[in-house]
Amino acid sequence: MPAISDASDGVRPRFSVGDRVRVRAVYPLGHIRTPFYVRGRTGVIERICGVFGNPEELAQMRSGEPGQPLYRVRFRQQDLWPDYTGPAHDVVEVEIYQHWLEPA
Amino acid sequence: MSEDRGTYRPLTYFQLMEASLRELLVEKGVLTDAEVNAAVEDMRRRGPDRGARVVARAWTDPAFKARLLADGTRACEELGLEVPALRLVVVENTPEVHNAIVCTLCSCYPRMLLGLPPDWYKSREYRSRMVREPRAVLAEFGLVLPDSVRIRVHDSTADMRYMVLPMRPAGTEGWSEERLASIVTRDCMIGVAVPRLP
Repeated sequence: MPAISDASDGVRPRFSVGDRVRVRAVYPLGHIRTPFYVRGRTGVIERICGVFGNPEELAQMRSGEPGQPLYRVRFRQQDLWPDYTGPAHDVVEVEIYQHWLEPA
Repeated sequence: MSEDRGTYRPLTYFQLMEASLRELLVEKGVLTDAEVNAAVEDMRRRGPDRGARVVARAWTDPAFKARLLADGTRACEELGLEVPALRLVVVENTPEVHNAIVCTLCSCYPRMLLGLPPDWYKSREYRSRMVREPRAVLAEFGLVLPDSVRIRVHDSTADMRYMVLPMRPAGTEGWSEERLASIVTRDCMIGVAVPRLP
């Protein structure tokens, strides 16, 4: 899907790099690009990737607008998996659209 | 074991759907068979040698490396490699950080640089375990990393595609770009291996 290069075409970014965010713990049906294993978990914005058509809308043959800011969110492995056996600095980074994030 | 003389298997649901859609598009004149074949050939022609060229250039040209890490798509275009309709994020391995790539939701993969993904990349096992116990998975690939190295797993869930920029191994001083590219394997750029001297 083509990137919408100008952020003003879509929803404005609410978060900045370094902000702590929580992924919404909701379970709608449809073409959802937010993996289950990060829902309800807290991470930190690693970078803002740009504004992209909303895949949940695009999958329904709709326009995907307004575009959603897309972030890369960094999670500590130990915050995702309480029984993680590796060191505390290991991380997973996941792309998440803004409408799935709330301030933490 | 007896020789496999070719076993008849009925098409799966998705194979049948693909064939039906393709035939319908051809019948309606939207596409021709030749166009479909050309697209398949194009896909098959692309291989990890493209990504290896990018890595070798980054190893020999620090300014290119900086541009590659800042904007992967644009840097690849400098080398004549089209990275269409999506953005490439290049992540750099260092003595402190090791990167690896997975797509837990499906099998997103930087095809324009690495070609078609290996079957294991698409397997449920790799996709589920790489975010859950990456050190165990890497060890099964023969890559054991000390706890002092941070493992950074990238789950490509949306519009980005990822490629790992491995560390240039010692003992390659003075090598040409071409020779350097020869030790950069597909698995190095997925992050389940590191380049080794032959």
